[in-house]
Amino acid sequence: MAQTNSVGQGSNGVADESPNMIVYRKMEDVIARMQDEKNGIPIRTVKSFLSKIPSVFSGSDIVQWMIKNLNIEDQVEALHLGTLMAAHGYFFPISDHVLTLKDDGTFYRFQTPYFWPSNCWEPENTDYAVYLCKRTMQNKARLELADYEAESLARLQRAFARKWEFIFMQAEAQAKVDKKRDKIERKILDSQERAFWDVHRPVPGCVNTTEVDIKKSSRMKNPHKTRKSVYGPQNDVRTHSPTHTPAPEAKPATEEELQDQITYWGGQLDRHRLKMSKVAESLLAYTELYVEYDPFITPTDPSNPWITDDTTVWELEASKEPGQQRVKRWAFGINEVLKDQVGREQFLKFLESEFSSENLRFWLAVQEVKKRPIREVPTRVQEIWQEFLASGAPSAINVDSKSYDKTTQNVKDPGRYAFEDAQDHIFKLMKSDSYSRFIRSSAYQELLQAKKKPHTFHSR
Amino acid sequence: MSIQDVSPCVKCYIMEVQPNETLTNLKAESDTLKTKLEDERAKLHDVELHQVAEKVDGLGQFIMKTRRTLKGHGNKVLCMDWCKDKRRIVSSSQVSVWIIVTFSEEHAVTMPCTWVMACAYAPSGCAVACGGLDNKCSVYPLSLDKNENLAAKKKSVAMHTNYLSACSFTNSDMQILTSSGDGTCALWDVESGQLLQSFHGHAADVLCLDLAPSETGNTFVSGGCDKKANVWDMRSGQCIQSFETHESDINSVRYYPSGDAFASGSDDATCRLYDLRADREVAIYSKESIIFGASSVDFSLSGRLLFGGYNDYTINVWDVLKGTRVSILFGHENRVSTLRLSPDGTAFCSGSWDHTLRVRWAALIGIHIFGTRGTVV
Repeated sequence: MAQTNSVGQGSNGVADESPNMIVYRKMEDVIARMQDEKNGIPIRTVKSFLSKIPSVFSGSDIVQWMIKNLNIEDQVEALHLGTLMAAHGYFFPISDHVLTLKDDGTFYRFQTPYFWPSNCWEPENTDYAVYLCKRTMQNKARLELADYEAESLARLQRAFARKWEFIFMQAEAQAKVDKKRDKIERKILDSQERAFWDVHRPVPGCVNTTEVDIKKSSRMKNPHKTRKSVYGPQNDVRTHSPTHTPAPEAKPATEEELQDQITYWGGQLDRHRLKMSKVAESLLAYTELYVEYDPFITPTDPSNPWITDDTTVWELEASKEPGQQRVKRWAFGINEVLKDQVGREQFLKFLESEFSSENLRFWLAVQEVKKRPIREVPTRVQEIWQEFLASGAPSAINVDSKSYDKTTQNVKDPGRYAFEDAQDHIFKLMKSDSYSRFIRSSAYQELLQAKKKPHTFHSR
Repeated sequence: MSIQDVSPCVKCYIMEVQPNETLTNLKAESDTLKTKLEDERAKLHDVELHQVAEKVDGLGQFIMKTRRTLKGHGNKVLCMDWCKDKRRIVSSSQVSVWIIVTFSEEHAVTMPCTWVMACAYAPSGCAVACGGLDNKCSVYPLSLDKNENLAAKKKSVAMHTNYLSACSFTNSDMQILTSSGDGTCALWDVESGQLLQSFHGHAADVLCLDLAPSETGNTFVSGGCDKKANVWDMRSGQCIQSFETHESDINSVRYYPSGDAFASGSDDATCRLYDLRADREVAIYSKESIIFGASSVDFSLSGRLLFGGYNDYTINVWDVLKGTRVSILFGHENRVSTLRLSPDGTAFCSGSWDHTLRVRWAALIGIHIFGTRGTVV
């Protein structure tokens, strides 16, 4: 059972951060750099006709800054990341409800930390109603409701019909307070408030960035942290972003847990490890060997069905006649032969011609038993025992005495892994002996040269 | 002087002190062992993968084209899986499970079920398994008769005590491996619903799993909200290896095609490669500009390319050996929630919260590849 408490804890004792918080922190770090006096984006007040547009910067400014400071290669990527940051509400276009970033002279403004998503806002519809209502009271063209906002307002008026008076009063009170503010300050606050609602009540068709992965939502709904009331009593005004608050103390481990850990670490220490250099060479070698089979790197022969709509390559693979490339692969390792049905058949055919097929047949039978429903296992185990291991077995295989004894015991209370030890032993034998002979055999070589058509297991 | 000589009240004092000391000693011992293990692992760290990979040719220019865009879900796509026939996929959304013959864009079957977060195709192609917020994994046998009511034939196989996050058939239609928000993984017998083995060890929700691609092996890897990736022995139920370098939830794990390594995608915005033989993390795939979590990862057939679907709506394609990003793919309009390569590696399918599934093929145009058949794109 997973240990879940309101602050989840990993085994290293450090309290979990909700995954969204990690992203918020990273975006906020970028914002902090963007707002840096020396190296950030220059913020200015622009004169326009009779009024001033305070505290803005252009879309191009943002794109240029990102390319220069965030190791971004091209404009497309900068626009994409910038749009995401806008969609989360960290900066916004001052004249548009749709939160995207454009690489032109469009004006943007930073959001105030109070409205940052890291405050875990879950604003309620009553607040949205107050906000929309307030907007209708202010006689300014720039504050006119958009169509979707007007529709929302109408819906909310129906839903909250009974408490509308209260909502109206709140809206009035706020409008009064707003009027008293400095004109410039008002412009800025109004735009920031609107941007907040654009995040939490996005334009229809726009992504709602507040949606969370349902698997993680229970960890994010921390009742202590969630803020629901935008216009309610002013609770603690955050002086710093909650993404940087220190994590609470972790729960100490119990004696039993510690004993388990000690046993585990001890066991791990005994493990045989390979050097990085060896491992790296192995990874390189594997990739090099298989690169000609990778349709994304080497074009498929005759063609990739997804490109040309021609399914020849799939039909060839389903046929009993393996192509050269496929046969070549069997030589890469015994697993390649065993996982290809035609490979298995050819391998079996070869061993039968040498009257030494019992090992492979045993191995295949044991694989098969592991695939059966548990109900069928005991019977099958007995059958395999009789065929391959019992005294006088028709297809007697040779296993070492240790495995034989163990298997004898297992068969008395047969489970899916009754033959595990015997199977391991036989597999090693096959790998070093039968498989190498198969690859060196003329039967295989002929297939590889595509000189002779392979005889299928069942005659036509 | 021995403990027996001590007066009773002093003895009591000593007895009270001991339990705490035991815990402290044990913790010290555990920490020492852990540090020793890290030292041992570090000793073998004589070179970085990307340094060794300098001698490998760089990949050419990457081109990619979407061949199918499947829009019918009408809701957030949560997961998908390919059928072995390379043409069909099963996919789930918030409200339904679909089986689509992607090649012909034929919509084969729909089953209404809510919040299916995991789905898998049976190796035979004759059944699918799915589950999610119902805490169960159910198997639906498929039939050729399109009019048949599949929901009626549904069989509950797995029962967890929290949501089902992932499921996979083993190499047989008869066993299913599941992972759950209850912190465990489990192996089930499909026919009887019997629990064959359970896997305990994660300290939080398990989000993903992948079976090792071996004919002989009996292992699988799982990733969880405890930031750990665990490798398990299916036979004994033991955790045989564990890796803890991510800084947040591991959303996806996938084995490297040889089975010697696996990749993980996490909410810490990185994908990482862990090698089982070196017993450590051997590569990190990250960029300063990638700040949103990776939700799903998969390798190309040779293991040279790693595809990552991210919560910033993009797919990043990584050069596994050199550690660099080969390409960034746009197109989805919301989080990429799931991404899988087709069984023969000829295409990959991504599913997203934007309600669509996209099947894309990709190709590298480089100096080694010349003579395209007809037009390239």
